[in-house]
Amino acid sequence: MFRSMTHFVKSFTLFELFKGLGITGKYLFKRKVTIQYPEQKTPMSPRFRGHHALRRYPNGQERCIACKLCEAVCPALAIDIEMEERPDGTRRTTKYDIDFFKCIYCGFCEEACPVDAIVETHIFEYHFEERGKNVITKEELLAFGDKHEAEIAKRKAADAPYK
Amino acid sequence: METLTTFLNSFLPEGLSAFIVIMLKIVAILLPLILAVAYTTFAERKVIGYMQSRMGPNRVGPKGWLQPIADTVKLMFKEIITPTKASKIVFFIAPMLALAPALAVWSVIPFWDGGVLANVNAGLLLILAVNSLDVFGIILAGWASNSKYAILSSLRVGAQVVSYEIAMGFALVGVLMVSGSLNLTEIVQAQGGGLFGWNVFPLCGLFVVFFISGVAETNRAPFDVAEGESEIVAGFHVEYSGMAFALFFLAEYASMILISTLTALLFFGGWLSPFGHLVADIPVLSFILGDGFHWLLLKTMFFLFCYLWFRATFPRYRYDQIMRLGWKILIPVTLVWIFGIGIAIAYGWQPWL
Repeated sequence: MFRSMTHFVKSFTLFELFKGLGITGKYLFKRKVTIQYPEQKTPMSPRFRGHHALRRYPNGQERCIACKLCEAVCPALAIDIEMEERPDGTRRTTKYDIDFFKCIYCGFCEEACPVDAIVETHIFEYHFEERGKNVITKEELLAFGDKHEAEIAKRKAADAPYK
Repeated sequence: METLTTFLNSFLPEGLSAFIVIMLKIVAILLPLILAVAYTTFAERKVIGYMQSRMGPNRVGPKGWLQPIADTVKLMFKEIITPTKASKIVFFIAPMLALAPALAVWSVIPFWDGGVLANVNAGLLLILAVNSLDVFGIILAGWASNSKYAILSSLRVGAQVVSYEIAMGFALVGVLMVSGSLNLTEIVQAQGGGLFGWNVFPLCGLFVVFFISGVAETNRAPFDVAEGESEIVAGFHVEYSGMAFALFFLAEYASMILISTLTALLFFGGWLSPFGHLVADIPVLSFILGDGFHWLLLKTMFFLFCYLWFRATFPRYRYDQIMRLGWKILIPVTLVWIFGIGIAIAYGWQPWL
């Protein structure tokens, strides 16, 4: 009896509706969580996996020894490598193509690499303007690595203790 | 206005100058109204965004203030697609049929003392009659689209609007019993004497019923089964695009503003100040705090905000719940309230006078 009375009073005074309005009214003045993307960005982990790059040693020699471990581990079959023996007896790649349409950015190539040559960088804002440009060649990867080497080295060092 | 009439009379025949003056008045009402509609859409996106901890549109122009203009331009340049098997003529007449009544009603709305296009005696009846014509546009749109979703939505709108019109009408009966007039200007004038002269106090139940049926009448959340996005995509206007769609949009928001204005006029004293004659003698304050259009604007904006607030808060009613609320709760409440007011009038106990 009492319960049905309170229910009657509650529904006729619109008690619960006003309660709901109170909650949304409170949120009207709360802090907004939107990130204004191009101007503001969320913090990024040093482990972030974005555009690939091939690195060099400090003396300018390319790190990659064409062991093809990355090609073997790549689950999307995105990497295509051909190699040669140079006159100085070292084993080097002649072709190192990554198809960015196939790549799933899993980071296995980076983990498989014994000489830390192929890495995935923090850069994720890139695009292709022509058909076929989605296949990144060895030269482009090396140039990309040269351009961002300082930042790459910093991020790899920051992540090194946890590997 | 007088000087304009005499100026026009000096070189034009009387009938023509009167026509021109009326046309100018219509433009003076409709242009701000359409602008208000545009910025209501902007306010809606902003308010709902803020209530969901988002920011809402803020990219076009300073703080997003040009967003409605960008939307309008986009809609104007969009192609209007007709479904192959649609009934072409009805398909294009329907949006106009929806918009025309929503705009026509504004002819009898007073904005300040004497600031009305047509001061007719049965203004309230005219509003009820013309406002219910809105639904024809919607029903025809759903039927002409030759789409299952659209026709379902039309059926829902038809049933819903018919049910809530009754509760709304009864709520208005209470208003006219208290103020003893169907003329909107006189209804507002009967609420003079400051805050406690307003109709909300003797009619608070009817005010709640009126506003709820107003929300249902305009097919807004939480009564938006007509366009329930999760069930029937967009309802009666699924097949419309471009300007034809914009007309429905305009009609919906114009009726929203209309219901808010009516609530302010009928229950909250319209352009009358809540301070009554208290501030009439103070030189500067009497201008701001005294009666005037700004009070009506303020009250209307509050009820418009309530519309947006409801949309951000309440989940959609199920169809049978809407019918139950309309027929089994709102109508009995209004009947009991009217009965009570009738008894009060019969025994001369009229605290609102």
